[in-house]
Amino acid sequence: MKVYLSQDAAAKALGSEAVAAALKEALGDTPLTRVGSRGMVWLEPLLEIDRGQGREAWGPVAPGDIPAILAGDIPSLGLTEEIPFLAKQTRLTFQRCGIIDPLDLAQYEAHGGLAGLRRALGLSGEQMIDEMKASGLRGRGGAGFPTGIKWDTVRMAHADQKYIVCNADEGDSGTFADRMIMEGDPFCLIEGMAIAGLCTGATQGYVYTRSEYPDAVAVMRRAIELARAAGVLGGDVLGSGRAFDMEVRVGAGAYVCGEETSLLNSLEGKRGVVRAKPPLPALEGFLGRPTVVNNVISLATVPVIFEKGAAHYADFGLGRSRGTIPVQIAGNVKHGGLFETAFGMSLGDLVEEIGGGTASGRPVKAVQIGGPLGAYFGREKFDTPFGYEEFDGQGGLIGHAGVVVFDDSADMLGMARFAMEFCAVESCGKCTPCRIGAVRGVETLDRIKAGDGAAVEVLTDLCEVMKDGSLCALGGFTPYPVLSALEAFPEEFGQVKEAAE
Amino acid sequence: MTSQPSLPQDLPQVADAEIKPLIEKYLSAEGPLLPMLHEIQGAFGFVPANAVPLLAEALNLTRAEVTGVISFYHDFRKAPAGKHVLKICRAEACQSMGAEALTARMLSLLGLEDHGTTADSRVTVEAVYCLGLCACAPAAMLDGQLIGRASVEGLEKALEGAA
Repeated sequence: MKVYLSQDAAAKALGSEAVAAALKEALGDTPLTRVGSRGMVWLEPLLEIDRGQGREAWGPVAPGDIPAILAGDIPSLGLTEEIPFLAKQTRLTFQRCGIIDPLDLAQYEAHGGLAGLRRALGLSGEQMIDEMKASGLRGRGGAGFPTGIKWDTVRMAHADQKYIVCNADEGDSGTFADRMIMEGDPFCLIEGMAIAGLCTGATQGYVYTRSEYPDAVAVMRRAIELARAAGVLGGDVLGSGRAFDMEVRVGAGAYVCGEETSLLNSLEGKRGVVRAKPPLPALEGFLGRPTVVNNVISLATVPVIFEKGAAHYADFGLGRSRGTIPVQIAGNVKHGGLFETAFGMSLGDLVEEIGGGTASGRPVKAVQIGGPLGAYFGREKFDTPFGYEEFDGQGGLIGHAGVVVFDDSADMLGMARFAMEFCAVESCGKCTPCRIGAVRGVETLDRIKAGDGAAVEVLTDLCEVMKDGSLCALGGFTPYPVLSALEAFPEEFGQVKEAAE
Repeated sequence: MTSQPSLPQDLPQVADAEIKPLIEKYLSAEGPLLPMLHEIQGAFGFVPANAVPLLAEALNLTRAEVTGVISFYHDFRKAPAGKHVLKICRAEACQSMGAEALTARMLSLLGLEDHGTTADSRVTVEAVYCLGLCACAPAAMLDGQLIGRASVEGLEKALEGAA
């Protein structure tokens, strides 16, 4: 009998450690394997038992349930893989997450790990770039820039030292994919960064993550030590004679440091103030040297591209959005969690069918996609397929693919105000449209709330200035949630709804 | 956002000799200031004022530059927090599950008007923007312990349980 229990931060937050203690007492000598999360957060703490017929699931499990589960008195949810939420997914990036012990390198290899790195070691830098370009992988942090082109810029740059920087500063509300993979399959990120290093000639990597993610920090640091001890990292990567090493750096609670130039300043030990581009970080990045800055999910997807081939990855998807995207379904939702799927599924299917509607049981009013800088979509946009261009066409963005669901009690003017307030709190202060605009935005929304209908025009005007005049996405994209809420729910802003309906 | 003791004599004194080894640990690192600040705050619960000239000297920076970095980041404290730190997420996903009402109830139960520290220095309540627990919102963290689907009762119980 094999017993598995999630130790993801979400499982811990829902009581997995008390369950683990009860299990250890009941199991005696039978070992308990702690794994990452399968991503079905509403079932956490999720317990799996394999009695030789595959892994069966129980969840959410309380410590008091353990004796009855082990005695066979509580029926399981069936085989974990057959739970519809999992069965409907295409797991490429998250293929091992929740299945293996995150810190067991042998299990990692047994489940396809390191195959991509071994293959990459036999390829030239140019061949690796071709593979990346053919995969169609675009930056999963939100900007959607083709990863292969970014790598090629760094590869072609001449410098005595180049860097791979992993942006793990996942501050967007509604997103937890980076955290989940760092806690559940850290070697995958390490392997992806090593391949990026080999391809571009960078020998040092940094994972810049959040102080709000202490579990992810601890798991990543331990995994790096283990990888170094096993020769995956260090001066002689897998005996190739080539070097790549990395370390984890922790931010200090500044949302704006998720913006790549601000992140680089923070990594250098400065205030996390945004830099003007150009110069591109690919040419003058960390300490002024050529630097790849990629999101966790972009880098953690690299191993599977090299393991299974670019064509396999690119076969999934829609239009110019190739491969899979780990959609994070969150907020007021019945079945919240991580759902990795090929691009192209409609927003409505994700919310209603996969997510099961709201947790409160009330009707869905709106969803915010892509974090605090993402647009609010009402139900009329639920047929939008999940893809970069498709969301752009509807006045939104997929960002880091977080979907936050709100029921009909949501106060949309309040949410618009919060977007401005958040921007004011988190602005780095470098550019005026963001620093001052956000403060004026809060005031203007308060005027609208007090019944000053004329202030709506001021608000839209202000949003134009912020969009066009801000240096980075914080000021530039804060208008998305504000204007989309105004557009979808004008009556909440004291406006008459247009006769279109 | 945290209300802090205003008089310098309220602050615990930390000797330079205690701070210096924490700085030296990272002298050879690339971009060492944040790791140094985390190390210092980890040891003393805040960044003592006398750390500033020591850091400036070690890194060939001005004291203004070091102060600027400390003040930029929400995490770094100029004074110790209360005995327990309760962070309640107020980002969108948690708001969709009632985080604002939860925060208001907790503040009022603790006798606080806004985020800050109780008069007896027992609890500091802070806002946090996303703990990555968005599918089990609202989320909170008490002294590093994560709490999902947080309720007033649950947080009260956790606070009672905290020594």
